[in-house]
Amino acid sequence: MASISSTITERKQFNQVGTRPVRPDGVDKVTGRARFGADVSAPGMMVGKVLRSPHAHARVLSIDTSRAQALAGVKSVVTRDDFPELAEGTVERLREDSIYDISCNVMAREKVLYEGHAVAAVATTSASIARKALALIEVEYEVLPHVTDVDAAMAPNAPVLHETLFTRGVEPPPQAPSNIAERTQIVVGDVAKGFTEADVIVEREFRTEAVHQGYIEPHACLASVSEDGTCDLWCTTQGHYAVRDTCAQILGMELSSLRVTASEIGGGFGGKTTVFIEPVAVALSRKAQRPVKIVMDRDEVFRASGPTSSASMTMKIGITKEGRITAGEGEFRMQGGAFPGSPVPYGAACTFAPYDTKNVRLISYDVVTNRPKQAAYRAPGAPMCVYAMESVLDELAEKIAMDPIELRLINAVKEGKKSAYGPTFGPIGLVETLEEARSHSNYDQPLGPNQGRGVAVGFWPNYGGATSVSLTTNTDGTVLLSLGTPDIGGSRASMCLMAAEELGIPYEKVRATITDTNSLGYNDGTAGSRVTHSAGMATIQAACDAIDKMRDRAAKIWDIDVEAVVWDDGYAKPASSNAGEFDPMSFAEIVAGSHSTGGPIAGHAEINAEGAGNSFATHVVDVEVDPDTGKVTVLRYLAVQDAGKAVHPSYVEGQYQGGAAQGIGWALNEEYIYGDDGKLQNPGFLDYRMPVASDLPMIDTIIVEIPNPGHPYGVRGVGETPIVPPLAAVGNAVARAIGRRLTELPMSPPKILSALER
Amino acid sequence: MVRVCLGSALSTVAGGRTELYVEAGNIMQLLKALGREYPGLTPLIERGGVAVAIDGQIYNNALLQTVPADAEVYLMPKMAGG
Repeated sequence: MASISSTITERKQFNQVGTRPVRPDGVDKVTGRARFGADVSAPGMMVGKVLRSPHAHARVLSIDTSRAQALAGVKSVVTRDDFPELAEGTVERLREDSIYDISCNVMAREKVLYEGHAVAAVATTSASIARKALALIEVEYEVLPHVTDVDAAMAPNAPVLHETLFTRGVEPPPQAPSNIAERTQIVVGDVAKGFTEADVIVEREFRTEAVHQGYIEPHACLASVSEDGTCDLWCTTQGHYAVRDTCAQILGMELSSLRVTASEIGGGFGGKTTVFIEPVAVALSRKAQRPVKIVMDRDEVFRASGPTSSASMTMKIGITKEGRITAGEGEFRMQGGAFPGSPVPYGAACTFAPYDTKNVRLISYDVVTNRPKQAAYRAPGAPMCVYAMESVLDELAEKIAMDPIELRLINAVKEGKKSAYGPTFGPIGLVETLEEARSHSNYDQPLGPNQGRGVAVGFWPNYGGATSVSLTTNTDGTVLLSLGTPDIGGSRASMCLMAAEELGIPYEKVRATITDTNSLGYNDGTAGSRVTHSAGMATIQAACDAIDKMRDRAAKIWDIDVEAVVWDDGYAKPASSNAGEFDPMSFAEIVAGSHSTGGPIAGHAEINAEGAGNSFATHVVDVEVDPDTGKVTVLRYLAVQDAGKAVHPSYVEGQYQGGAAQGIGWALNEEYIYGDDGKLQNPGFLDYRMPVASDLPMIDTIIVEIPNPGHPYGVRGVGETPIVPPLAAVGNAVARAIGRRLTELPMSPPKILSALER
Repeated sequence: MVRVCLGSALSTVAGGRTELYVEAGNIMQLLKALGREYPGLTPLIERGGVAVAIDGQIYNNALLQTVPADAEVYLMPKMAGG
């Protein structure tokens, strides 16, 4: 029996959750009807384009826009002078990022900090005029020494990006600025003593390059500022409320004067959780009093949006010959581009989380360099740190001749064990993922010459967040869901499934819409694996709110107390014979007459979702290395992960497969390549090699379901964790295939050949 | 009194202390008390950079969440995601 009030009880049986209906947005997407960011237009629309720095590091001495402004067809030009001077250190409303840094990133102030940094923008009647106008803007630079490598940026004599940046987290506080924004640490137990208890110790240095999320759809937006100062902004984003809040704060607007509508989104993976061109478009439109559309080209996406960090790492682990980890020590150095905020502490927290380890010491450094400001990328920071950790663990397994899954099972955390970062775990499914991986047929496949099998484990703690949902009933028995979380991974279908489940009506009767910021209460963005958990929780609560109202209508119709009415699989029923003899009243009957029995029936939920359950995964990959070319072919890939409860299993499997594919690219080919001039050498998909379907085998998946007690249906977020293990899994497979361990990603053919020649 | 464990990432701004005791019935009271007693934590708390784990459950932004006196309480950096 379903819940009889808005107090949600945990479900054990499901009628619709766990099925695989066709995605409601599928037809529009395969026919080209879906409107993505660049598809929006408005009458009288201007073309916006951005002038970007050719230098990696330079002082902007002057900007002369007079010739551009005099060009026919130019309606507005903006520079730093059109953006209010914010106080340094200003915290972004509702978020941890510095709004000051974001503001300086969308339009450079006294210095440009990376090649591609915006210095001016124009709104014109055509793209060709825009290009001419940009060429007419005269910027006088004083070129400064630059640094793009994380280790070089930490060196004592490195060029300093910010004269006001003093390292946090060190005692005594430094007297001189540097490129090290923060030092953090995780220390558990006695590491020195732990290493004395080890029979085998391995220590290695690792490096990973920066990679881009590689979303197919570039950043695009259209801003239209009215004469009264209000603004409509359409954009591709993972969080349109965050876009609203950030733009409003940068431009000194009230939140209620800026309405943001999220388009369909062609991928984000974390890279669309912040703003780049949106405040610029609003500023241009405000000045031109015309709608202004900006669409980044792919070159701009690479040079001037937010890739993830590159990393330089040291990892040392000791184990007994029986396979128990006795101590782990790591140092992680990540550059997050030109502003503080690399995800290094998150990554460090994830390294030893899967293992019951008594002695751990992890030091993290957040470093700035002359590269674009990094943005989130699935499980920010974790893939790199876990790559170092799981690589060393794999080498230790080889040294004691132990099966790599067995080694991980010996040390795996379970419910009731303390995590390396502090709190005690509740119900978790790491052991189950390891056992499922070991039992899968892939793990028994014989390997031929130049072939190797790699195993790695990944973890992400997941996140909840502020969420609002409205559920409206129609008199024909259909339901409309209003959601504020852009649908990236199929969340509309998942929300419809949960609403249908709770209401007891067919899935086909429920439709979901992503509303604009004026139509629904605040929502955190679609990030951090939070939507199925948090928007799902809010959807269930909104459905329960509507159910309470329908019970109340039935009670009034039957003239009995509302407490004597229960909701059971789509019907209002008397709770017992003591309540009276009444025929059950269906959802369709109640809503059909609702306008005459008290008014339309709707349900709402505005929550701060907590209870996001931890997610663990185990990946197994087989590769073959061509000794003549250095090319690595992925032969088989298995991703096993705990989803708590898979609401739409196809979407869950898609998350596992997508994370694995992205991680394979990170491991084998993808990298930001900088020249000595501090300029990006490969800002396009021809030279930035991402895996495509023909590069990969079918990625096998297993969904483990250990219910999360923090969600009424047991749901855990699944979007972050799948990208955590692949770097190490592929690295371990390559090491076993060629008998040598590479410690730098990507393991591109030249590096493989070089290793083979050693 | 609630016993609050500080991850070592935060202990450096709390004078090296890894365990703190404060009077608090919910997370808001706990954070205010911690800020009063250990001013080094205040900037991080004010910019929303901390989460509180109560008996293993991580609360990122639930100021009114009850904190039982006998609970395992950890103060830790907030983690969001991509």
